[in-house]
Amino acid sequence: MSLIDISSNLLLIAFFAYILGTVLIAGSIKRNDGAASRAEKWGKAGIVVAVVGFIAQLGYFITRWIYAGHAPVSNMFEFTTAFGMFLVGAFLLIYFIYRVKTLGLVALPIAILFISYATMFPTDVTPLVPSLQSHWLTLHVVTAAIGQAILAISAVAGLVYLLKEVDPKQKSKERFWLEAILYLFVVIIGFVVVTLTFRTMGYEAEFTYVDKNGMEAEIVYNMPALFGMNEYELKTDGVMEPLVELPPYINAKKLTTVVWSFIAGTILYLLYRFIVRKRICELLNPLVKKVNTNLVDEIGYRSVLIGFPVFTLGALVFAMIWAQEAWGRFWGWDPKEVWALITWLFYAAYLHLRLSKGWEGRKSAWLALIGFAIIIFNLVFVNLVIAGLHSYA
Amino acid sequence: MEKVKCVCGHENPFGTKICGKCGRPLTEEAKAQKVLDMKYDGSAIRSKTYNKSIIDKIWNFFSSVKVGVSLIVITLIASSFGTFFPQKFNIQAATEAEKALYYEQNYGTLGKLYYELGLSDLYNSWWYQILVGLLAISIIVASLDRGIPLYKSLKNQRVKRHESFMKKQRIVAHGPVTEGDASKTLDLIAEKMSKLRYKVRRDGNALLAEKNRFARSGPYINHLGLIIFLFGLMLRFIPGFHVDEAMWIREGEIRAIPGMDGYYLENEKFILETYDNEPTRAQIEQGVSKIAKNYQSDVKLYKQPEGAVLGDTENLDLVKEYSIRVNHPLKYDGYSIYQMDYRLNEFKSMTFGLTNKQSGESLGTLTIDLTNPEKEYVLGENTKVEILNYYPDFSGLKDGIPQTASQYPNNPAFVFKMITPDKPEGEISFVSIGAAPVEAGDNEYKMTFKNVETRNVSGLAIKKDVTIPILIVGGIVFLIGLAIGSYWNHRRLWVQQLEDGTLLLAAHTNKNWFGLKKDLNVVTEYAHLPQYIDQLEENDETKREGDDVE
Ligand code: HEM
Repeated sequence: MSLIDISSNLLLIAFFAYILGTVLIAGSIKRNDGAASRAEKWGKAGIVVAVVGFIAQLGYFITRWIYAGHAPVSNMFEFTTAFGMFLVGAFLLIYFIYRVKTLGLVALPIAILFISYATMFPTDVTPLVPSLQSHWLTLHVVTAAIGQAILAISAVAGLVYLLKEVDPKQKSKERFWLEAILYLFVVIIGFVVVTLTFRTMGYEAEFTYVDKNGMEAEIVYNMPALFGMNEYELKTDGVMEPLVELPPYINAKKLTTVVWSFIAGTILYLLYRFIVRKRICELLNPLVKKVNTNLVDEIGYRSVLIGFPVFTLGALVFAMIWAQEAWGRFWGWDPKEVWALITWLFYAAYLHLRLSKGWEGRKSAWLALIGFAIIIFNLVFVNLVIAGLHSYA
Repeated sequence: MEKVKCVCGHENPFGTKICGKCGRPLTEEAKAQKVLDMKYDGSAIRSKTYNKSIIDKIWNFFSSVKVGVSLIVITLIASSFGTFFPQKFNIQAATEAEKALYYEQNYGTLGKLYYELGLSDLYNSWWYQILVGLLAISIIVASLDRGIPLYKSLKNQRVKRHESFMKKQRIVAHGPVTEGDASKTLDLIAEKMSKLRYKVRRDGNALLAEKNRFARSGPYINHLGLIIFLFGLMLRFIPGFHVDEAMWIREGEIRAIPGMDGYYLENEKFILETYDNEPTRAQIEQGVSKIAKNYQSDVKLYKQPEGAVLGDTENLDLVKEYSIRVNHPLKYDGYSIYQMDYRLNEFKSMTFGLTNKQSGESLGTLTIDLTNPEKEYVLGENTKVEILNYYPDFSGLKDGIPQTASQYPNNPAFVFKMITPDKPEGEISFVSIGAAPVEAGDNEYKMTFKNVETRNVSGLAIKKDVTIPILIVGGIVFLIGLAIGSYWNHRRLWVQQLEDGTLLLAAHTNKNWFGLKKDLNVVTEYAHLPQYIDQLEENDETKREGDDVE
């Protein structure tokens, strides 16, 4: 078995460990009433399994690093998986400070989603173009990702807080938005499901189109084209014609993927609602009933406090040093850079709002979720849609 | 303004909320609170005290956290607008009109609007810069407003605090010791707290244990760092503070370096290397066949000796030999030279033969240096070729006259005059690449193309920025302040042995109550103290149960 195979297997082990860890932790909470000591055991086992998963993924990371000769954070697959790993690491860090297992119930599934999402992108090792061959860049990306992962724990805490505090039986704006967030997680599952489905079918549709510079170009869709590129012409027989043609400045292929993900996610969500007949937030509410809300609130604040300096160092300081070395200008207003600045400003605002009274508890939990949304936006949307220097795909 | 006199006799500055000496609440508001607002330890904050003159009002405006946060949020939202479409300075177009057109062509009406609203150059706009300026003022004012009184009050702390101060802390305990001799209690506390690395001070029956007071300076240090950084950025607007030039230099050339007076650069070689890997899935999807591995210019840096004539490249002193690569700029004397761009295989010279059309007989060959063509090339007695016109980058005819698109020899074309013994008055021919020669009349001789020599061109950027050290200092100060404020917290424990033999305890931290409580648990057990309560945690019993608190 070659190093890269070992690496892939370790990732697989980590993936299943996170699933098992989630189940064990959920089990420990469900069982709490009668057999307290057995619940304790389940909970401990859950954490142990999560630690094993984390170590396995660290193994994946290191072996892949050795194999590729550069830090495995240089394309969408690598970066997103690494982010999942750091998220689990940040959860374990916070767990060993505060001993709140329930956070794992949100943190581990998010890591699972991240890794699944990541594997939908090309997973082969890509060589680095000259500008990316820099130790500062490695330091920048890794530190920034760790910072983001720690910051994300505040969103995990926020979600736990809201799942407990927002009454799932009472119609309210908060309940609506909470459920909307959970629905978005289902949409990510939808993305994975449609990608895998069409990939298994071997679906391919080739088009030529005219790009925004007026040049003829080719593109291959791996899903039935809902939207066609500008002045497209279908080259493959027996596949679906696009429903609508889009102007040249919109990437119709990416939009098609997004819409398919929403369709699949919505079907999954409706199916779930049809079978279980409860909102997701209502289903999850009993699992977080026992948490100490004050403590969870403090964890949210603390993880921002811990993560903010790390993020500043990684996403701004190291980034500037690298940019200065590579291009002779430490800042270039590239979209990815600007969104890192926005993330930074946002968490600065969060910290200052905590200074004035009233911005604790619910409000702060919502802020943490918005912060997470900005991080995800930067990772997914800015990478894939707004193309810049950092764009991976 | 008059001072506020506390019952204890201490005179506090006007606006003080909590007596700086004994800790008694002074204002009605503070007296009514169940748990005292301990922000800035209740000292007089200028912005909360004065609101009369216009200066007070401006001061209060900028020192308000609400205003500060609003400015941060406005900057954040404004910044995001600049990422919808590319910014103007990233667009490869020569003129302003072409840039305007770019937005309309690529992004339609929305793009046109984006350009017309000035969003295409948002970060250089006056209003964005004013926004950042306001933010800076706000940071300065807010820090002075709170930092100074906070510093004073923390410096002058008394050990003994009034009961009303202690009972109004978030964490309090009151009662007899749970075990043993109460007369030893303060010693036990002092011993344990010292072990936990608190500084312990005692005053009769009172004790103050304090840890990490310096953590309170964190926000002020980080704000200072930000201000230094922003100051450094501001300096960049002053002309002359930074050099930002670019140059193209061909292999074999020696050129004066723009922006770097007295220095010359020789480009020995430009190297482009690519990976020889099998194309990956990502490469195939993006239609990229080869991935670049290295861009490199092997150069020699020269300095002109003192007093040399400008442009004299004969007597140069070699300073440095270096291979400039991406991420590895050549650094010298505060300047850095970066590998930015390249052109491969630019035509260097062309060789032609002068031949008789009929017989094919050759009268000789000539090689034309395309960047520096000669006026005429003598091939023999009565035989020469004159270049009447040279178009380095021939782009077609306009009104019958040949045009050149640039000075670069991308597509050379010539008007030759061929003088031969047969035709001493000369024959004229227009020669360009890939087309039959155009002749004035029916020529006997023609120029036949023999071969072409090419060379590579390096695109380099020359930068010097004297503000960088200021930015570095600002960044380091910011990070240090941030770490101090985030990773350490200021914790205090006040203890008093009351007349009736009971103990009164109170504790405070600026953040991380969980950590403080851990310390308290340790000392409570060790010194047999009464159990503390957290006055903000109402339903202590129900909140504490469950599997999550161990
Ligand atoms: C982007 C700009 C800014 C950054 C990165 C920043 C950073 C920080 C940080 C990290 C803290 C510590 C927060 C905590 O420990 O919870 C802090 C505290 C503070 N900031 Fe800022 N700040 C910024 C702008 C401002 C502005 C515009 C104001 C104006 C009102 C301001 C006023 C304050 C105040 C009053 C404190 C509390 C000081 C204390 O607790 O003693 N900051 N700042």
